[in-house]
Amino acid sequence: MGLDIDLLKGLAKQDSNAIDQIYRSNFKMVQNLILNNKGNADDAADIFQESMIVLYEKAINPQFELNCQLKTYIYSVARRLWLKKLQQMQKIGLQTNDFEQVIPIEEDLAQHEHRQASFHIMENAMAKIGEPCKSLLEAFYINKKQMQEIAVEFNYTNADNAKTQKYKCLVRLKKLFFAEYKHIQ
Amino acid sequence: MEDILLIDAAERYFKGEMNETEKVYFEDLRKNNAELDQVVAEHIYFLQEINKFSDHKQLKHRIQETANTLEQEGIINRMPFTGKSKVIYLWNRYKKTIAVAASIAVIVSVFTATIIAVFNPGKHTNIKPLVEKLKEQDVKYKKLATQIDKLNNANTPIPEKPRLESKFRATGFMIDVNNNYLVTNAHVLTEAKNHLIVENNKGDQFVAETVYINNDNDLAILKIIDPDFKKLAPLPFSIKHNNADLGESVFILGYPKQEIVYNEGYVSAQNGYQMDTIFCQLSTIANEGNSGSPVLNKNGELVGVISSMETNSEGVVFAIKSSNIFHAIDEMKKVKENDNIKITSKPILRKTDRVTQIKKLQDYVFMIKGD
Repeated sequence: MGLDIDLLKGLAKQDSNAIDQIYRSNFKMVQNLILNNKGNADDAADIFQESMIVLYEKAINPQFELNCQLKTYIYSVARRLWLKKLQQMQKIGLQTNDFEQVIPIEEDLAQHEHRQASFHIMENAMAKIGEPCKSLLEAFYINKKQMQEIAVEFNYTNADNAKTQKYKCLVRLKKLFFAEYKHIQ
Repeated sequence: MEDILLIDAAERYFKGEMNETEKVYFEDLRKNNAELDQVVAEHIYFLQEINKFSDHKQLKHRIQETANTLEQEGIINRMPFTGKSKVIYLWNRYKKTIAVAASIAVIVSVFTATIIAVFNPGKHTNIKPLVEKLKEQDVKYKKLATQIDKLNNANTPIPEKPRLESKFRATGFMIDVNNNYLVTNAHVLTEAKNHLIVENNKGDQFVAETVYINNDNDLAILKIIDPDFKKLAPLPFSIKHNNADLGESVFILGYPKQEIVYNEGYVSAQNGYQMDTIFCQLSTIANEGNSGSPVLNKNGELVGVISSMETNSEGVVFAIKSSNIFHAIDEMKKVKENDNIKITSKPILRKTDRVTQIKKLQDYVFMIKGD
């Protein structure tokens, strides 16, 4: 358990070693689950990645507690994600052959889905504002560059000009984002 | 210009870049000005969202790096992407599974991969038509059943009409009892390259031919040309000119299996996939074979024709609005030999209970088969 918590703390910081270790100790288990339930190697790789993201979302929550073994959590998430995928493919009626313990995971996945929807909206809004707005806002908000740096990179005469331009782009991005976002609230 | 200053202040506040005095002053400002506070709160919310987005992108990148390492070590196996179109790729991806599933159980008759591969029209990537392709096993099984039937009937002198083998099954319904015109989906008829059969709920088959097909609104009209077909009583339902209302409850009769199946639902949106105005959206369950099924309201008026469903959400079904049927008829009449089509109905379903409605309706709903 202590090791599990350390790994999760590492994951919350996006520490590569932690990610690597979680992969190595759990991937085979998830792969077995998928391969034994109508999936293939690609499905296994995809489902594992998504499970990692769900786990990360859990790990960064300050109120988070791990009430079971890490592998049980990962297995439960992967299992639920895969069942959902199977249902989407209309292979309804298939049952997983569980060889691991399973815990209820619905709430975490509902939150995960909401987040994914929000990211999707952000991605679309970013795509819609066009260039140079997209690159400018990405540089500032995603890549966290300083305004001074951005001014040089985008050939603005000074940081204030860059700031004005950034502001205009931001207004458009927010408008597009919130127009869609209110639908998922 | 004031807004830009405010947003800038909100961002510095959010990032913790303000000194104590500035912070106190800013918080005071928020407390005393509701409008300003609203702008700041909204912006901070947005910053949180975009921060999560940024985190997420970074995380995905990190995970991918690790995955790449493990792939090189052979711990993760990815299947090579061959550069074929996505659909073929998907087909290849699931081919093995399909074969396994098909050999284990004939009963699990609904699967999507082949149908998507065959039918997915380019512009609608997430919706799939609901025609059911009969699997080879089914066809073989039916052949066997026909042979057994023949053996059983060996003593009866009445010569039996040979049953035709079919590769798909969908639904259609009568709209003109005098000339035996039926409505179904256009995408259904594209499957009937050799012959087209209409089969009633009792299993009687009749030969039909396509008279009108419109791929834009997915409507088609066919005619039963079989001399053995006995004229039906006047149409018990009328076809609605107006759109169904949002929230209106509807029911559906169709052939997702070898017998007529009833289902209920409601109109969940006035337009179809990607705001397509030809369609409306229903919340109900439809399956392969439901393509061309009539959608009726509580008064037994026809309001739509089932066409497709969204593959990645449950219970989202699209129906062609019934008004399109009138357009189809007008178009069809332009051809001389088809101008006899006439829709007359004797609506007798209003204020009758559902069971009676279904009893009256089911003779007018047919399986559409062919190969």
